[in-house]
Amino acid sequence: MAAEGKVDPMHQFSIEPLFGSEGWSIAGYNVAFTNSSLWMAIAAVLLAVFVAGGMKRQLVPGRWQMAVETFTGFIDGMLAANVGLAGKKYVPYIFSLFMFILFANFLGLMPLGVLGLHPFTFTSHFSATGVLAVMSFSIVIIVGLVKHKLHFFSLFVPHGTPLVMIPLIFCVELISFLVRPFSLGLRLFVAMMAGHVLLEVLSSFVISGGNNGAVMFAIAGLPSFILMVGICALELLVAGIQAYVFALLTCVYLNDAENLH
Amino acid sequence: MDAEAAKLLGAGFAAIGAGLASIGVGNVFAKFLEGALRNPGAADAQQGRLFIGFAGAELLGLLSFVIAALLIFA
Repeated sequence: MAAEGKVDPMHQFSIEPLFGSEGWSIAGYNVAFTNSSLWMAIAAVLLAVFVAGGMKRQLVPGRWQMAVETFTGFIDGMLAANVGLAGKKYVPYIFSLFMFILFANFLGLMPLGVLGLHPFTFTSHFSATGVLAVMSFSIVIIVGLVKHKLHFFSLFVPHGTPLVMIPLIFCVELISFLVRPFSLGLRLFVAMMAGHVLLEVLSSFVISGGNNGAVMFAIAGLPSFILMVGICALELLVAGIQAYVFALLTCVYLNDAENLH
Repeated sequence: MDAEAAKLLGAGFAAIGAGLASIGVGNVFAKFLEGALRNPGAADAQQGRLFIGFAGAELLGLLSFVIAALLIFA
């Protein structure tokens, strides 16, 4: 936060090297261990612990195993509904993708600030979500090309297109195919970033309202605080929905690659 | 009007896009609920399509936020 009591809502997204690693470089590129990588590692470790706790394979599942199996069953159902039988082999990928994004979104919203930690939502950076989107997109392209060879390009010309329309439809379908990784990554990153900026701005209202006497606190600080509690709940919902949408759209795109259309 | 003021005005106008997207998102869920109450049996199977529609409507609103952010910070 900036001095003079003015809150800079963008400061929370700044990336800083940790543990004196700012000098690390490979082939001229800086590979410092930043707060972004730290929270990625924390999310991955928490996810590993969560899944490992449910791997006991008891015949009558306990609470933990039930929680993990609910998620795997949910992903399995999503792939079965969108891709069909061929979708079974993507369950590990979609599950990791969904859970990683879900954990990352929720970790960023955790009130760990009261413990002195500063949660960093790495999904609020296009460099992180973009890589996840490119991963999904390259799986779609590789699977499509390997499975259907050059027939894959019939994806761009839907069945029954009149001959005169083919050049136009081809261009439209090609563009809509090529913007997929951008829209996939952009959606997650902007939704997370907008939510966090909103929370920060509202919290600055509460703080500056409280600093300017009881009257200002009553007319500005308190309503903003109540609104903020509501927005926090909304952000938890958005965190879940965005992870779900990311996984769902990856399933839909995989369906194109597996079954064409 | 100097360029800086025009940029900030443009960023403000971009907020209209966010408002319009909220109409879109509301429409998606309202129509889904309307249909789901008429035929609750078919509702669960269409939840995926609901969220694809929601994602589309939301993305276009988020783009207006991107434009505003680009105007202010870029």
